[in-house]
Amino acid sequence: MILTLPAGPAPRGWSLALGTEQAQDAARAGERNGGGARMVLEDELSALMAAAQGGDTAAYRALLKACLPVVSAIARAQGVRGEAVDDVVQDALMTVHRARASYDPGRPFMPWLRAITQRRAIDRLRRAGRRPREVNDPLSYEAEVDPGPPPGQGLEARDRAAALARAVAALPEGQRQAVEHLGLRELSLDEAAALTGRTKGALKVNLHRALKALRISLTRETE
Amino acid sequence: MADRAGYDPSRHERLVEALAGRLEPVRPLPAPAIRATLWLAAALLVGLLLAAEVDTASFVLRMHVPDLALAALGAVATAVTAAYAAFATSVPGRSGRWALLPLPPLALWIGASGMGCLRDWIAPGADIPGAHTVAGCFSFLICVSVPLSVLIVVMLRRACPLRPNLTAALGGLAVAAAAAALLMPVHPHDATATDLLIHAAAVAIVIALNGLAGGRLLGRGAGLD
Repeated sequence: MILTLPAGPAPRGWSLALGTEQAQDAARAGERNGGGARMVLEDELSALMAAAQGGDTAAYRALLKACLPVVSAIARAQGVRGEAVDDVVQDALMTVHRARASYDPGRPFMPWLRAITQRRAIDRLRRAGRRPREVNDPLSYEAEVDPGPPPGQGLEARDRAAALARAVAALPEGQRQAVEHLGLRELSLDEAAALTGRTKGALKVNLHRALKALRISLTRETE
Repeated sequence: MADRAGYDPSRHERLVEALAGRLEPVRPLPAPAIRATLWLAAALLVGLLLAAEVDTASFVLRMHVPDLALAALGAVATAVTAAYAAFATSVPGRSGRWALLPLPPLALWIGASGMGCLRDWIAPGADIPGAHTVAGCFSFLICVSVPLSVLIVVMLRRACPLRPNLTAALGGLAVAAAAAALLMPVHPHDATATDLLIHAAAVAIVIALNGLAGGRLLGRGAGLD
């Protein structure tokens, strides 16, 4: 679980909820994770930049290295993706180098860096937007699932029904009646017997023979 | 995998080393207010050079006319606020809302000048400048604007204007307002419609030229030389 708490002593309510020791621990964690850590980083970067303005190469190197993840995070937050993030990082570092005299050591460093990075990210996005792109992208059609039935589905079902009807019509009369009443209309043996005037035994035998004949004729047809 | 895309350590390490190798000490730029003050001092210097031309008695008389005094006040205030806004927006991380600062004095300047025209329509017979004087005013505005424009562009380029067009337009406004303010003591006439039109044209030309040329100059300055 991530506890994000404001810096400073824990309010009284938390002491009651968590117990005094837990609340103090949580507040200390908040100081490390939240505002406190940010302030320390901010001050460090400010001091490094001030030293770099004075010509301290080691401080400058440390500053630029510390900026790398920050710059790429800001670029991603602006919507830059993939390899373009690297390009924005490079552009931003070059601008930091060129504009280093415009940083006022008395002011926080992050807004200065963020403004430069955001501008370079926007420049990159605009350049990418100007480049011609393939609008009719075949991949986008493949990626999009059509919720409706596939185009040939109805035809196939109709073909199957027609083949079955032909095969049933070709059966001898007794077998055809048995299939139609018992198999297709799903009547009970008693109802079918009453309708056709045949015995239940005869119907069962006819159904069995009809299914066997259909299996043979339909298999032959598909082959 | 996707998170790691866009982070090429070796390429960035190389750039960091190259930039660190090229590091030279720089002096942090003074605050925008100080830089704006320096530029305004230069504009004032131009004004002092022109002081010999001023007909003081006539100037004092005209400053007793409320709308002329307000127009002068508006022009001076526009020059000061626009100069500060231009220098503030040339520093990364400063709010772009500084650009709104010169709008109220700009409204005062334009409004008061417009009142002058209205007065001329209501009470005709005011001192109307001839074509020769108008051309003189126009060339005065342009002649004062050019050196002030060059100076402000050079000064702005020392910072890093991330919004070059905005900064250049503010600089142009500062130049135009300063030139108009400097013209007022020299200008021997009341404001009239022709007068205002000529002023407006000169101001528009100065702002547009600064916006176009200055924006490009500042943009290249802010880019990767």
